[in-house]
Amino acid sequence: MSDPNGLSRRHFLKGVGAGAIVAGSIEALSAEARAAAQAANPCVGPGAVPIKLSINGSVRELAVEPRTTLLDALRNHLDLTGSKKVCDRATCGACTVLIDGKAAYSCTTLAIAAQGRTIETVESLANGAELAPIQKAFVEHDAQQCGFCTPGFVVASEALLRTNASPDRAAVLEGLGGNLCRCGTYVGLKKACMSAGAPAKGGRR
Amino acid sequence: MSSMRMDKNWPKLEDTRLLGKRVSRLDGPDKVSGRAKYTYDQNPKDLLYAKFAWCPYGRAKIKSIDVTKAAEMPGVVSAFALRKEGDELRYAGVEVAVVAADTEERAREAARAIVVEYEVLPHNAEDKDFAAVPKEFLGKPRERKAGDVDKAFAEAEVKHTGEYGCAQITHCCLEPHGSVSHFKDDEHVAIWSSTQAISGIAEQVASISGVEAKNVEAVCHVLGGGFGSKFSLDSWDATALRIAEETKRPVKVMLERDQELMIAGSRPSGYAKVQIAATNDGTLTGWISESWGSAGAGGSSNLSLPYVFNGIPNVRLSHAGITTHAGPARAWRAPSHPQSALVTMSAIEDAAALLGMDPLALVRKNLALTGPLADTYAEELDVADRMMQWSAKWKPRDSKQGVIRTGHGLSLHTWGGGGHESNCDVRIHSDGTVDLSMGTQDLGTGTKTVVAIVVAETLGLPLEAVAVRIGEGRFPPSGGSGGSTTVGGVSSSARVGAVDAANQLFAKVAAELGAPAERLEARDGVIRVIDEPGKSIAFKDACRLIGPNPIVGHGKEDGSLMNSGVGGVQMAEVEVDSETGVVTVTKFVAVQDCGTIIDLKTAESQVFGGVIMGITSALYEERVIDPVTGMVLNPDLEFYRLAGIGDIGEIEVHMMQTERHHSRGVIGLGEPPAISPMAAVANAVANALGVRVPRCPITPREVLLALGKAGA
Repeated sequence: MSDPNGLSRRHFLKGVGAGAIVAGSIEALSAEARAAAQAANPCVGPGAVPIKLSINGSVRELAVEPRTTLLDALRNHLDLTGSKKVCDRATCGACTVLIDGKAAYSCTTLAIAAQGRTIETVESLANGAELAPIQKAFVEHDAQQCGFCTPGFVVASEALLRTNASPDRAAVLEGLGGNLCRCGTYVGLKKACMSAGAPAKGGRR
Repeated sequence: MSSMRMDKNWPKLEDTRLLGKRVSRLDGPDKVSGRAKYTYDQNPKDLLYAKFAWCPYGRAKIKSIDVTKAAEMPGVVSAFALRKEGDELRYAGVEVAVVAADTEERAREAARAIVVEYEVLPHNAEDKDFAAVPKEFLGKPRERKAGDVDKAFAEAEVKHTGEYGCAQITHCCLEPHGSVSHFKDDEHVAIWSSTQAISGIAEQVASISGVEAKNVEAVCHVLGGGFGSKFSLDSWDATALRIAEETKRPVKVMLERDQELMIAGSRPSGYAKVQIAATNDGTLTGWISESWGSAGAGGSSNLSLPYVFNGIPNVRLSHAGITTHAGPARAWRAPSHPQSALVTMSAIEDAAALLGMDPLALVRKNLALTGPLADTYAEELDVADRMMQWSAKWKPRDSKQGVIRTGHGLSLHTWGGGGHESNCDVRIHSDGTVDLSMGTQDLGTGTKTVVAIVVAETLGLPLEAVAVRIGEGRFPPSGGSGGSTTVGGVSSSARVGAVDAANQLFAKVAAELGAPAERLEARDGVIRVIDEPGKSIAFKDACRLIGPNPIVGHGKEDGSLMNSGVGGVQMAEVEVDSETGVVTVTKFVAVQDCGTIIDLKTAESQVFGGVIMGITSALYEERVIDPVTGMVLNPDLEFYRLAGIGDIGEIEVHMMQTERHHSRGVIGLGEPPAISPMAAVANAVANALGVRVPRCPITPREVLLALGKAGA
């Protein structure tokens, strides 16, 4: 089983040496090993612990309780509020972010477990005022009403398009099947996702 | 108002430039990029998070509340009881005590540490089976009679009897109810509120907190859904205001999903036993209904029967309200209409089956009973017939089919509209820029975009030349967004304000153009003399003549620019798996009129959205109450099911947009398309199976029960 921090138990043992483990003295460990020990040890907290997250191309340092979800870390600690909290239990997808390029529910990912991974939120997709192709397609096909589910759908669409540049209807239904909308924007969403995927004449999607 | 030189009436359909065209919503880029800041997204410095302990029973009396332990927990700044010993609680989810802490995690944990003792009282969760409702929770029936029902039924050639209905559902706004309050000093408060009625927030804060209304800054730039449930501040907002006042720290209160689904709004159930009298040729002559429903612990469940066909000459109605111990009802898109459409259109479809008639033929035959909208319905039925290919596809109920059975169903609906109060200021600045400010709010319906289109159309400018500012209490007030009254109000107000501003600008440039102001028009980015296109001045150059202060045009809603009364027709095609009971909507057709269409793109989106919400209530949604404890069993999004993208089939929308419709004036569209889907889907299922599934949501279990394949 892979560790979210990229640190396996094998890596840990190799790094600190068996002797240190036998000695059982955490103080005797190097700073690097201490960090590795903390990362590998599930018993951190209950108070806030310092963590580093790679978000939207920069490393952000923050202190959160171990129970803090990635979603709450983004919204409450980093003021990245594009990802929304709706069901808070991995049903609706309003909190969808990309972790190592794949769509993930940030409401059921612990922030500490997201260390060492590459996190991209909806805020990263546009280049300043210039919207990404999928975002332009959302606007063009009116794939939003109240807009509260929209960032999650944008990120889920982006994840789909990265693996399948021209998704057909079935692929869109599957790719966006982990997100829910209350206003009923699914018709626009289907069109947006399929049109953003279709290669435009003389250009990229 | 200055004298009206420019005509305020809407231009003819053939003369419009932006009006009635497909325009992308202005708030789209902010929403798709995550830049749009909702109430939930406000993070002022030193924020506290408020969380509640809530009643887990349908009905209970408080024996004691102890917040001592919660108050001592790390990060907790405030903890207190909201009820006292002896208070009776009438539904699960209602707040009994609150904590405020410096992080959301700590606030949640502390709320769980609040200790409450309850004396559980007898409650009622039953509203489907009328005979099983304890008498003490039954309201006195209301009755109405017209014509001679006994005679009509005695003389009827065909009589049909059936039972229909639908469960209580919730609004399930994705942005929950809530607010962020911040006392800047003892006398001034700022509040972000997720609200459908921003202009009234300051008055409500004043009545709750004692802060003077003039010192309240209320903001709601965007909100994540309302659907009728967010018209005023709630008890939880009042609690947060109290904490904010006491602590002088900003307080965020946003209901967690479970409380949102339990207490923040529901739609009443509606059930009825119906008898229809008809002649052999399908003419409807009599209607008897005994209906009932529950608005939970508060509100009315009354139905409008017979729906649309209210010209049936001989009717006898009774309706009894039932108290269930569940969160009270709030207005839900087109109050009472979806339930009434389901009952009426189902009974008519069943009567048609009994007569061996195509329901489309029966509906057409009885259109005169629908009153003034009969011609509208006739026209729309023809369009829907073509779009669905109904006449080619429809088959009688007894058609032999295999395991997967296909069926078609239809429904008609109506709604009023009109326009609420609306005021605005349209400013034209000397540098050529234009802005409009209005105390309205955009629920995702396209209000902001509609207002911009009207101003741009009126001033002959591109859409992006108009800056629209809405969603703040300091702007000229507009009404709450409910009952499809927003677009009529805001579009007429924007039109009047922009015409007023244009006329003032014409007066400034008349001398320059050597023509009286009455003969000027604003088109294509210039001010020009009517019929003398050579005599013109660029809009920007014209604005240089304005002087030191901007022009301000004042807008107010205007009845002559809006209208009321629409009709719509919807048809559903379904496939039902007769072994599993699973219903799949394969195709859905919606034909709708709404008078003058301002933005065709967002108008269509309203109809798509209404249809999808309606399909959801037809097949999936029900707030389930535990008969033993009164607790809501599905206050989450796994078991309170919303349709997903794969659940809705192919939906086609047609907006009636001829000069005849266009010339009627603006009519709102929030309610109408959400009315018929439940009825159309239920009828399609009945047509597919040959038996009626009497209740929505039409779950696999309900289907199998109707087919006699499952035990009750």
